[in-house]
Amino acid sequence: MSASAEPKPDSLLKMQRCTIRFGGLTAVSELDLRIGGDELIGLIGPNGAGKTTAFNMITGVYQPTEGEIHFAGTPLSGQAPQEITGLGIARTFQNIRLFPSLSVFDNVRVAFQLRQTTGMFQSLLRGAAFHRNEKLIESEVLEILDIFKLSRFRHTMAKNLPYGDQRRLEIVRALATKPKLLLLDEPAAGMNPTEKVELTRLIGFIKEKFRISVLLVEHDMQVVMGICQRIVVLDHGVKIAEGSPTEVRNDAKVVEAYLGDSHLKKPAAAVD
Amino acid sequence: MQLGAKRWLIAAVLVAFGVSALSGYFNRYYLGIAIDVGISIILAVSLNLINGHTGQFSLGHAGFMAVGGFTAAKLTLELTPSVPAAAQPALFVGAMLAGGLVAALAGLAVGLPSLRLKGDYLAIVTLGFGEIIRVIFQTSPAFGAATGLTGIPKFTTLFWTWSAAALTVYVVASLVNSTYGRGFLCVHDDEVAAAAMGINPTRYKVTAFVTGAFFAGMAGALYAHHKQVLKPDGFDFMKSIDVVVMVILGGMGNTVGVILAAILLTVLPELLRGFADYRMIVYSLLIIGLMLLRPQGLFNLRRRESRSAAAN
Amino acid sequence: MDWLQQLINGLAQGSIYALIALGYTMVYGVLRFINFAHSDVLMLGAFAAFFLAPVVGTILPPQSYLGAFIIVIVSAAICAAIGILIERLAYRPLRNRPKLTVLITAIGVSLLIEFTCQHNAVFGARTRPFPRLIPEHNFHLGNIVIANHDVLVPIVTAALLALLWLVVQRTKIGMAMRAVAFNPQAAALMGVNINRVISFTFGLGSALAAIAGILYAMRAPGIEPLMGIQPGLRAFIAAVLGGIGNLPGAALGGLLLGLLETFAGGIPGISNYRDGIAFAILIFILLFRPAGLLGEVKTEKV
Ligand SMILES: Nc1ncnc2c1ncn2[C@@H]1O[C@H](COP(=O)(O)OP(=O)(O)OP(=O)(O)O)[C@@H](O)[C@H]1O
Ligand SMILES: [Mg+2]
Repeated sequence: MSASAEPKPDSLLKMQRCTIRFGGLTAVSELDLRIGGDELIGLIGPNGAGKTTAFNMITGVYQPTEGEIHFAGTPLSGQAPQEITGLGIARTFQNIRLFPSLSVFDNVRVAFQLRQTTGMFQSLLRGAAFHRNEKLIESEVLEILDIFKLSRFRHTMAKNLPYGDQRRLEIVRALATKPKLLLLDEPAAGMNPTEKVELTRLIGFIKEKFRISVLLVEHDMQVVMGICQRIVVLDHGVKIAEGSPTEVRNDAKVVEAYLGDSHLKKPAAAVD
Repeated sequence: MQLGAKRWLIAAVLVAFGVSALSGYFNRYYLGIAIDVGISIILAVSLNLINGHTGQFSLGHAGFMAVGGFTAAKLTLELTPSVPAAAQPALFVGAMLAGGLVAALAGLAVGLPSLRLKGDYLAIVTLGFGEIIRVIFQTSPAFGAATGLTGIPKFTTLFWTWSAAALTVYVVASLVNSTYGRGFLCVHDDEVAAAAMGINPTRYKVTAFVTGAFFAGMAGALYAHHKQVLKPDGFDFMKSIDVVVMVILGGMGNTVGVILAAILLTVLPELLRGFADYRMIVYSLLIIGLMLLRPQGLFNLRRRESRSAAAN
Repeated sequence: MDWLQQLINGLAQGSIYALIALGYTMVYGVLRFINFAHSDVLMLGAFAAFFLAPVVGTILPPQSYLGAFIIVIVSAAICAAIGILIERLAYRPLRNRPKLTVLITAIGVSLLIEFTCQHNAVFGARTRPFPRLIPEHNFHLGNIVIANHDVLVPIVTAALLALLWLVVQRTKIGMAMRAVAFNPQAAALMGVNINRVISFTFGLGSALAAIAGILYAMRAPGIEPLMGIQPGLRAFIAAVLGGIGNLPGAALGGLLLGLLETFAGGIPGISNYRDGIAFAILIFILLFRPAGLLGEVKTEKV
């Protein structure tokens, strides 16, 4: 790992003192998080620490009760999830949320309605421009499916895909929105060790190939420690540590947070 | 110039024209049924966009039909005397479009506030809107109050009905079969995931409601100028249910199936005329039996394919 | 003093809505679907009483409170059985299917009952006068007249509500109902017999509907196979208004709807729109409280 464990000054994502409460429960408290361009950051913490909630705040699914989030200089407060996707943040979900009744091809294709200019009226008129555009989209979809070795499934309904491929498709679908920042919520969950190794390689590949930043939530320490430049640790909604994998591994607070939790010592599949 | 899907539209309109030109040779009773079938197809296919493709369970389609019907009928009743006979088809088309547009406005009025609601809540609110629309017509003297409108000119022909049906099918199918239109299906499958893909669920839902209502309004206009009388009672909740059953029977989101179901459910009651007493009992048993045995619809083959794909 | 008359009318009407709404809401609570056939069970309750009255009249003096009580109890029992049967035959096979499938089935069951009853070999479509079950009294308060029927309805409703509350909160089966409503899988794992709880819920809801049907018929011009639709629809609105799945919500929604409808019906100019008022109120309230008055808005966990 050559990259430094310090956040880059020109932050792509800047989360400042973000707090969110659900009734009496403070799920995330005063979270500061910075992600620079071309970074791969890990976000870890025991179950219920608030990792997914942090994702939901960044992607506009929840609005933070307090605090601000900026993405590439634009404040995200009040923006709807689809607008935030348009700004360049894409995500996957902890519990796979593909479009089950759509084909693999269509699951990826819909990402293109975000940036292509064919709208309702073009689809109705079906002129030359429309057909040209649809062709272009088709070739781009096939290309990206090819890269991730999913093209043989292109006509399969998403719900009929094998589990590991569903996880992969979700990542591909997110990438198809052409994000600058990709949020992955436990992509290795439910995978066997071989699949995990493959996934780790895949994440590294994505980062290099698409030149994007990645924020990775993952319970599997081998995956996280293996590829992340910097790791942020949450516990009970509070950031308790941040630093390089080695720093975090040796942090007393982190060890305590995970005490009784076998994650740090023995990587185990976290199935939710 | 690529024609693509437009070929089908043009072909369908030509067929409608041809058959309509020969309609003088047909038995009036069968001609009437053929028009009823066309109207049912418009209603079912347009509701399919809302209920089937977009997954927004609406029970208020009859309300939109009423808005279109009353608007168009009122227009032709007022204007026909002052329009020369040659221009009357144009007047009818204008009235039909006006009916569709006013219905689309009603669709917007229903769609916008209903967006926060899901499932059963949406169903009851759309049902409510449909009933409110009916009550408004029932109480407003301009539309003949409870008696409704009578003496509506008989402008509806087989040509207009089938052309409008073809247009409905074309519009709904082309909308859905495009990158843009796959968004409707995404909203149906998972709204949260759709938004994460940059799809604006609200915009799609409103579009579905407005488009669906537009065609329901056209269907209402055709119906009004076919039956020549329009009573608010005819647009109650039962009428909405009839259309919903067509959509379910055909298989939600399956355009061909829904067309077949619309034909079947319009022709079947006519065939059962001899058993008028038992007709509706059979109809309700059909609904229950269908849900118990073939909930994916009578004409939906897609599910079966997908199941075999899963087995592979 | 006109408003007092209206108030009593509204309370009576609202209590009936509340009783019916409880059935909708209880079924929704455990099964998460709207039982459209509920309004027809109500109609069957009224018809049961219609046919029972002459039978009971041969044993007991006509229009006695005891006779009325017996008629009501037997009708409620009959309807409870019908409700349980409907669930067994039509809904249970669909237990794990999409909710929409069950909803459409419920609409089908409702149509089946309505059309079958309209058939001449069954009840026929005509309206029949409902027999008088209890002696008629009028109370005079100054210059307003209050019928004992109108007073009786809210009292019966209040008593039934209290009873229902006891059943749900204090009995074992009530606790099981709440458990199933909260989380059916967990309840099943804890040894709750889900099928029994659901049957019980349908039975209880249908019995309440039958009583509501009889009370409704006592105040209506007559009974016919479609008589359940309007009060059923109102009650359904009341249940959603109060927050569907929520028992006090259903009672509150029913009362509120009855009162608002009665008072709005008294305002000239608006009274013509009576049929639309209930829906207008519902839509207005759902705009501000999408989960109804007492329902909790849950943010979907992502
Ligand atoms: N919509 C919500 N309503 C109420 N509480 C919520 C909601 N979303 C999250 N929470 C609560 O916030 C806390 C943090 O949850 P979150 O899902 O973010 O944890 P996590 O770190 O992702 O855990 P896991 O590793 O199990 O996925 C939990 O206590 C959870 O119950
Ligand atoms: Mg999580």
